[in-house]
Amino acid sequence: MYKKNITPYLFIIPALLFILIFVYIPIVENFYFSFYRMNSYAPGKTFLGLDNYIDIFQNEIFYTAIINNTWYAVISLIFQVGLGLILAITLESKLLGKERKFFRTVYFLPSVIAIAAVGLMFYYIYNPNLGLLNAIINLFTESNFNYAWLGKPNTAIFAVIAMSQWQFTGYIMILLIVAIQKIPEELYEVAEIEGATSIQKAIYVTIPQIKEMILVTSVITVIGAFKLFTEIFVTTRGGPYDTTQVLGTFMYKTAFFYDKMGYAAAIAVIIFFITFTTSVIQIRLANRGED
Amino acid sequence: MKYNSHNKSNYYLKKALTIFILLIFTVIVLYPMYWVVISSLKTNNEFLSAPLGFPNKLMFENYLSAWNKGFSRYFFNSILINIVSVVLTVSIGAACAYSLARFNFKGKTIIFYLILAGLLLSPQVAVLPLFKLLVRLRLYNTYWALILPYVGFNLPFSIFLMRSYFLSIPREIEESAYIDGCNTFTTFIKIILPISKPIIASAAIVTSRFFWNEFLFALIFIEDSSKYTIPIGLSHFRDSLSTDYTTMLAGITIAALPMIILFLVMQKQFIKGLTAGSVKG
Repeated sequence: MYKKNITPYLFIIPALLFILIFVYIPIVENFYFSFYRMNSYAPGKTFLGLDNYIDIFQNEIFYTAIINNTWYAVISLIFQVGLGLILAITLESKLLGKERKFFRTVYFLPSVIAIAAVGLMFYYIYNPNLGLLNAIINLFTESNFNYAWLGKPNTAIFAVIAMSQWQFTGYIMILLIVAIQKIPEELYEVAEIEGATSIQKAIYVTIPQIKEMILVTSVITVIGAFKLFTEIFVTTRGGPYDTTQVLGTFMYKTAFFYDKMGYAAAIAVIIFFITFTTSVIQIRLANRGED
Repeated sequence: MKYNSHNKSNYYLKKALTIFILLIFTVIVLYPMYWVVISSLKTNNEFLSAPLGFPNKLMFENYLSAWNKGFSRYFFNSILINIVSVVLTVSIGAACAYSLARFNFKGKTIIFYLILAGLLLSPQVAVLPLFKLLVRLRLYNTYWALILPYVGFNLPFSIFLMRSYFLSIPREIEESAYIDGCNTFTTFIKIILPISKPIIASAAIVTSRFFWNEFLFALIFIEDSSKYTIPIGLSHFRDSLSTDYTTMLAGITIAALPMIILFLVMQKQFIKGLTAGSVKG
């Protein structure tokens, strides 16, 4: 079916135009913006060279943001990938029968809810006086605890991170379950003949067999951690006192609160480098898995 | 395999313990959702005085009130934007994927990699220039301000997903269509698309989950509250309804329900699409 006519191009052009105009050109433009001082509506701009980047590296909020994104990545690796893996192995073990389907569905459920809705849900759950969390603590301790989980600089970022673990652990678990289901049954039969316990089977059969998927989910989790925006915006807006700023909210605030477009574009470039290099790693790992 | 009674009781003990632990996680997952739904059915007084209590009378009026205070509008906007974006993404994407899967032409490899690399690009990096572009095109604060970038950012994934499916369709099916006098376009419409329904459903579900969820573009490209999507409307609700907690909680429930229902009804396609894409958020 080798065709030399223009038909193949006609099929491709609409998609290509969309991707070029709304993805590639803006991203290239963003690099260009990052070297200028400019506003959102005013047309003029001044060339600054690398000044925006130098300013960013001297801004305390930038370091707060990087630290928060990193905390988010590390804790998400532990819960979403670590606990997700334990849950996936448990749900796929022979110990469970039909009930595995129930648990699978329940654990996955939070990830289908819009992040904004989950964020607002937890905004109320963490509320000091009428929230679910303090109400439960008070029920068990018979005290009158009214801690503002999202209002205190020490705990706010961790309260938001905890919310995301609630939402996405089941999601990563499902990705791992799909990988586990592809492991040939014979491998387990051999292990059983050799008298392996279920923990030994998990360590010597399951985990090595789904190594690639574990790596891929780890990378997805890290990328997600550096693209963070909605979770923070709907719960704390980066406060109190900028202690929960992440790169995404820092960029938003710089662009639309201080109206420093060029500076914000430079923050976006930093997000680009972090997520893009992590993505390249993911693709390479995924391709290795297909070989 | 031989089981003595000791082994068997050991097995049941292990099973009971595992299920017990899994049930604890179930409570951790479900209780917050239950709390939001049950609280959304209380009066504000009940909610304030007993956060863990059960309502005396189920206040379905809260849902009506959330609906009337703007939710009907946000719902309409989200659904409209969702449908247009999904139809555009899937149809434009399917055409492109088909061409990439079936034809050899000059520049194919580079185009393929260009599209594939689009998977790695994060919307945050494009958002500021897109904002300027939309203002310039006078599309800022219109539905198109969301639809066009949504389609652009979701095409790479749907093309990727559908291309691998089209590659698995045997060529003989199309060859017989050509013999019957179909051209490329009619073959694509009449033969390929109908047998590709499952993958089209997966692409549609995954992209509509993205559109339903999307926050950053919707926050920046829309100014007018009559054009807010559900996530944005919800976050503004929090400020405008500051003390009307139960209406707010009803709003959260309305926002969450459609995707939960879609998931429960179409679990298979849902998971298939998500695992093929391995992308979050």
